Amino acid sequence: MSDVTAGIGVLNAEDDVLLRERSWKDRTFFIVLKQFSRNKLALTGLIIIFALILMGLLAPLIAPYNYASIDPVNANQAPSAAHWFGTDSFGRDILSRIIYGARYSLMIGFGSGLFGTLVGVIFGSIAGYFGGKVETLILRVCDVIQSIPNMLLCIIVSQTLGRGIFPTIVALSFYSMPQVVRILRATMLNLREQEFVEASRAINCSNLRIMISHILPNSLSPVIVSFSMTIGMKIMQSAGLSFLGLGVQDPIPEWGAMIAAGRAALRYSPHVVLIPGIFVALVVLAFNIVGDGLRDALDPKLRR
Amino acid sequence: MIKYVLKRLLMIIPVLLCVAVVIFTIMHFAPGDPVALALGDHYTDEQYATMEASMGLDKPFIVQLGIFLKDTFLKFDFGTSFFLKTNVRDALLSRLPRTAAIAAICCLIQIFVAIPLGITAATHQNGIVDKLCIVLAMVCISVPGFWIGMMLILVFALNLGWLPSSGIDHWYSYILPCAANAFMGIGGMTRLTRSQMLEVIRSDYVVTARAKGIPERRILYSHALPNALIPIITHIGTHFATALGGTVVIETVFAIPGVGYYIMQAVGNRDYPIVLGGVTMLALLFCIVVLIVDLLYAFVDPRIRAQYENSGKNKKIRKTAKEATVNV
Repeated sequence: MSDVTAGIGVLNAEDDVLLRERSWKDRTFFIVLKQFSRNKLALTGLIIIFALILMGLLAPLIAPYNYASIDPVNANQAPSAAHWFGTDSFGRDILSRIIYGARYSLMIGFGSGLFGTLVGVIFGSIAGYFGGKVETLILRVCDVIQSIPNMLLCIIVSQTLGRGIFPTIVALSFYSMPQVVRILRATMLNLREQEFVEASRAINCSNLRIMISHILPNSLSPVIVSFSMTIGMKIMQSAGLSFLGLGVQDPIPEWGAMIAAGRAALRYSPHVVLIPGIFVALVVLAFNIVGDGLRDALDPKLRR
Repeated sequence: MIKYVLKRLLMIIPVLLCVAVVIFTIMHFAPGDPVALALGDHYTDEQYATMEASMGLDKPFIVQLGIFLKDTFLKFDFGTSFFLKTNVRDALLSRLPRTAAIAAICCLIQIFVAIPLGITAATHQNGIVDKLCIVLAMVCISVPGFWIGMMLILVFALNLGWLPSSGIDHWYSYILPCAANAFMGIGGMTRLTRSQMLEVIRSDYVVTARAKGIPERRILYSHALPNALIPIITHIGTHFATALGGTVVIETVFAIPGVGYYIMQAVGNRDYPIVLGGVTMLALLFCIVVLIVDLLYAFVDPRIRAQYENSGKNKKIRKTAKEATVNV
């Protein structure tokens, strides 16, 4: 008799462990992680991003020179043992400027991506959840923003707000907002008709709670993908803005501004333009690859 | 259908009005004083007042806005530039062909390079050719256009001396800016074409066509491609529309006197008429191009055409039903 109960007890315990293990492995996060880590290309992209972030964080330790120290005697030198990436027209070491520049480029990319996505998520959820006049209003605002040429809008906003990192972030995030709004509205429209939303409404959840804890987690995957793609896009646009002389200003080693600074000496010292451009391309490429990998990993149709 | 077009055309007006009001407000409250900029370092209060009056900036904000909207939308007159003293509308219209030509050539390059690349990638799915195409497209998207422009200048203008590095005086001056500008679009469109083709190739009617023994080439070009092209048309259209205003950076690299370059300099000088007129004109063009693309969509895809026609009919049916109930 005691054996039997013990047996049942053991069985139950095993079942429990099995159940717990399954539920742990079945969580979307781990499935996505597993799927993502199978993708070698996407992993490479992620490693590049982490390496660049690390480079930015440890800049004072690894940079061989001060990024702003001017040395007119050694201006526009080609890459050598002393200056791996050469020097720019003020004799500043390009390697050090690239290392410090990672901070600004990544900060602007993450900042504007996050800001635009956050605002877009808020308005997109409101539009999709409530519908009606609010939705029409928000969508019309998006139409207005999108019908102003992308780069010109950035130029006008950044001229208005002044130069520097924060104005650049705001100027850049303006344009990515409508896309996020549209994505979120579309998924929200789909989700708000589902049974679980009806159920939570039936047990008297507030609109805010339904939106934040029931619908939003279910509509995040397209937002995550667009976020990682946007960061790359924003880094490129911020380089463009700095290139035009807006955005971040000179002693700060933003990569786009470095490309612009090398323009005058393009013929005789092309490395001043070449190297920052390669880094911009590298970081944008890495974010795009990761975005692609995330999309594949988050797509249930491609899951095997 | 005509009703739909008219409705869409009418919907452009509020969007344009909003664009004009928003840009006007931003420019009006932006720091920086165009009057002081125009007068230079030394001026008396009297000079300042006359200059302000001549620019029309002495009136209250609402009045200025009203005058601006009236001139722009009723007379299609953007005023005269504060600094260049030229008619803004004429200046914009004389610059537009250059910008439009660059945008159009870029779209053509994209069509002729990206669609074949995308099709090749899709037909060789998961093979080496496919991987190569994907990587190529990814690199094209990720490299900044202005940097490519500078590299092209370095190679073809400074080192080889084949093409001019700036200006737009000859037909061959268009080669470098268009090539530099086309890269990103090529990447995006190759990816789109590939994913669209892959989706279509898996569909049932392609399987049926294969089962009937139709040669693979014919399946690809007369069954799959037309269907895959539909979303690509939208992509080309919106790309052209954004390229009209998005060539600012390329215009700066190659010193091309186009619309974007003109507006950008005006933003720096606080030359309000140019900025307001230019942005409103570009927004109008954008809306029109997007509308044309939508109509083209209906023209190409019978399903969507049927939808428009049906929606009209449904309304009619509903209307008659309503009238019937009222009569009862």
